[in-house]
Amino acid sequence: MEFFRNTNIDFLGKKWYFLAFSLVFSVAGLLSMGFWHGIPLGVDFRGGTLVYVKYAHTPDPSAIHNEIDRAGLKNARVQRYGVTSNNEVLISLDIQETSEQSLDKGKTEIIQALEGNVASANAGKQDLNNASSLALTNYLLEKDPLHLGSDANPRYTAIAKAIVDERDKVKSGVLGSIDELNGVVDGAVVASIKDGFFASDFGIRNVEIVGPQVGQQLRKQAILATLYSLAGMLIYLALRFEWIYGVAAVLTVFHDTLITVGIFSLLNREISLTVIAAILTLIGYSNNDTIVVFDRIRENIKLLRRENLADIVNKSINQTLSRTILTAGLTFLTVLALFLFGGEVLRGFSLALVIGILIGTYSSIAIAAPILVAYQEWRSERGKKPISMPVRTGGGPNQPKGPTMRKEKVKV
Amino acid sequence: MNKNITWKLVVIVGILLIFMFGIFGNPMGWSGKGLVASMRDQIHLGLDLRGGTHLILQVQVNDAVNVDSDNAIARLKEDMRSRKISYAEITKPDPVNHPEAIVVKGVPPEQTSDFKNIVTDRLPDYEASSGTENSWTVSMKPQSMSDLKNRAVTQAIETIRNRIDALGVNEPVIQEHGLGAYQILVQLPGVDDPARVKEIMQSTAMLEIKQSLGGPYSSEEQALQDKGGVLPPDAVLMPGKTSATRDNEGGESWYLISRASAVTGRDLRTAEGSRDENGQPAVRFILTGDGGRKFYSFTSAHVGDYLAVVLDNKVQEVAVIKEPIRDTGIINGRFTEQQVQDLAMTLRSGALPAGIKYLEERTVGPSLGADSIKSGVRAAAVGMIAVLAFMLIYYRWAGVNADIALVLNLIILLGFMGYFGAVLTLPGIAGVILTVGMGVDSNVLIFERIREELRNGKTPSSAVEQGFAHAWITIVDTHVTTIVSAAILFIFGTGPVKGFATTLVFGLAANLFTAVFVSRVIFDWVLSRKQRGEALSI
Repeated sequence: MEFFRNTNIDFLGKKWYFLAFSLVFSVAGLLSMGFWHGIPLGVDFRGGTLVYVKYAHTPDPSAIHNEIDRAGLKNARVQRYGVTSNNEVLISLDIQETSEQSLDKGKTEIIQALEGNVASANAGKQDLNNASSLALTNYLLEKDPLHLGSDANPRYTAIAKAIVDERDKVKSGVLGSIDELNGVVDGAVVASIKDGFFASDFGIRNVEIVGPQVGQQLRKQAILATLYSLAGMLIYLALRFEWIYGVAAVLTVFHDTLITVGIFSLLNREISLTVIAAILTLIGYSNNDTIVVFDRIRENIKLLRRENLADIVNKSINQTLSRTILTAGLTFLTVLALFLFGGEVLRGFSLALVIGILIGTYSSIAIAAPILVAYQEWRSERGKKPISMPVRTGGGPNQPKGPTMRKEKVKV
Repeated sequence: MNKNITWKLVVIVGILLIFMFGIFGNPMGWSGKGLVASMRDQIHLGLDLRGGTHLILQVQVNDAVNVDSDNAIARLKEDMRSRKISYAEITKPDPVNHPEAIVVKGVPPEQTSDFKNIVTDRLPDYEASSGTENSWTVSMKPQSMSDLKNRAVTQAIETIRNRIDALGVNEPVIQEHGLGAYQILVQLPGVDDPARVKEIMQSTAMLEIKQSLGGPYSSEEQALQDKGGVLPPDAVLMPGKTSATRDNEGGESWYLISRASAVTGRDLRTAEGSRDENGQPAVRFILTGDGGRKFYSFTSAHVGDYLAVVLDNKVQEVAVIKEPIRDTGIINGRFTEQQVQDLAMTLRSGALPAGIKYLEERTVGPSLGADSIKSGVRAAAVGMIAVLAFMLIYYRWAGVNADIALVLNLIILLGFMGYFGAVLTLPGIAGVILTVGMGVDSNVLIFERIREELRNGKTPSSAVEQGFAHAWITIVDTHVTTIVSAAILFIFGTGPVKGFATTLVFGLAANLFTAVFVSRVIFDWVLSRKQRGEALSI
């Protein structure tokens, strides 16, 4: 089976279309970053409080917002989160309400506000959906519903763990009612738990609180890491090829990064730490296709000395087209699986990869190689020699016998 | 079969077994459940998968510097008094931003050299520089100050570790957080309600037993009035403990407490929960031999005076000294049973050298962790099956070759993680999936090159040789660029992101071996079994 065979597409001839395409996306992204959504930063970078709450029934964000509002937290945002059938909401507070003097104050107030109604109806009881297994164990030890003797402690610890596991692993964090424990643990235990606990209609799934200092620190580090990564690419490729190859590859990757961040801004999706991780990965990975094309250009320059660079580049892109598309396509397949099945926590991360791999593949064909040609044309216009021979030798089929892997390894 | 190939196959199988051991250890059973259990034993899950709390703490190192410079002031005053050097005042002008700077005013010019001698002899960590009008600035040397701050962080880590160990948290991570200045990273797996742990970690637990010179007063003004408007120089006003459970909501209470301590928390041998004479929960402590002697001589000299138990600069309790006390004492102060246990534990673990502040708190509930594992594994399975199937369809028998290499790639990756104790996080699972996607790229590069060589009329064995030789350098280049950016991610990232970088780096490193060496051996083996001129299935 083969998808691409002996293609002969004039990629360089279409460079103005490519340029226009890239410009449209870059400018749209830049405009959105500047005048529309800005760069939507996740809680990691801007600081603030996020509380993810799962409900036993379909939640009503405006009712929840009212509850929290009544409790005195005026600027909370409440929104549905994830797949609708998961009944989850995300409650967020700005950095102003997340001071380092009492970092978790906002979180505590949110939970108290949510518990407000149910708790007052069940005064003196604990909330089973937000109880730790330690609290359950202590309660059971005190009530001793099974009248256990010496081994009460390990037995009740195990029972408490079974209850918490049922709640967290089977019911995804929320029990609709205490009766759901029938069959999981002994009836006497269930009856005893009913005396001391009630089942609220929600459970806290996840809490993220980032103070202003950490947010600032992480912002700085994310920018530094991205720059170091780009610099690392530039140096490595300049050493392995010629400096102009390095510059072309890094410009291409920068273009990919810009467009990816731009699309995040256009979609108003938050850039979190994991999105930065995805972007750094893309900086490394997008280069792969570019390197494949560059390697072939280098090889063909030696083989086809008479032809001009533009033809060599076109030929090289066509020769490597099938592997460029296949490698990117296979990685795209796995990233798509991640996007579709990896869950909400990884959604931003996998979205960045999905966008980045598409853009990265396009740009290694449409941006990186034309930069090389443009540079060479610019040089020859100024009356200089065309681009010089690559530094590295070896590996070309014009040599009498292809080098063995071992020999090549020494050179690397 | 060629001897060379046999030998290489043995190496491959050996490596396979070694890394299988890394994943499973000694399997607890051969059923699916047993294997999963033994895998969980070898490969550690990150907080985001098992649930738990992640905290970043700021050690307020200036506290430690302030304590040191306060002591320096006390020593300076004493020495200047004993050597009869006069001075107008000794102050710290900016204890918040410059806790290391002490200003001494009004040193007579003729006593300058005496004064400088005191600083060099008695305060080796400080240096004096002259200012205007006979004033001197005595400040801590930069090197000493940075040592002191680093020591405060190390001690804080030690103390926090003692406390968390005493709470019985499994596999906690407590280490310096290299990305910020004087910060500590604490990860507590399985702790989904961090409130109590946080309180225990944060309490400074600085215990001092001092003489009480007066009180209780209802306000600071009243205390001043009582002493005729001027407080004795060797005493300070301290607030008493106000408790919400108290019946008379009298509010504030203030005591006049001597600056010098009879004994401090450092003189404790142990502390434990107990009851006072009224049967109320209280903490009983026992002093060390040295501390006991100090305490005995102090209490002998002060029978009939009042003694104050001061915890974190709050007066817990004031009692009259009825008789000399040797080495045991009791702290009560309307505690609950739980508070008594926690206080005894923090006293045992030692005082924090400086206050701490929380900068970041993330708690993943166990239900989210369990869901994350499910979706991560599902995505990995779908992605992997899609890639394996594609390779089979597109490259036929060579696809089988690639699939074997890919599976081996994963085994080595997971084995690495088992051996190195690396932590698998949710982005780490994503890293595993990406390894599959990026790892198979190497096979594609090689296979496409082989196809190209075959089209150019090469024989199968020569095409395979040329294909591997040409693709090798490209593969190294592509791997290096990806590993460089993953390594930068590893350096800058924490927690989940670090887990991602780990799997990606391990995975791609293993891929160099599987996609190139293993795949080549399989090709050689296939070719060795073929007749000359027989076509290669690729």
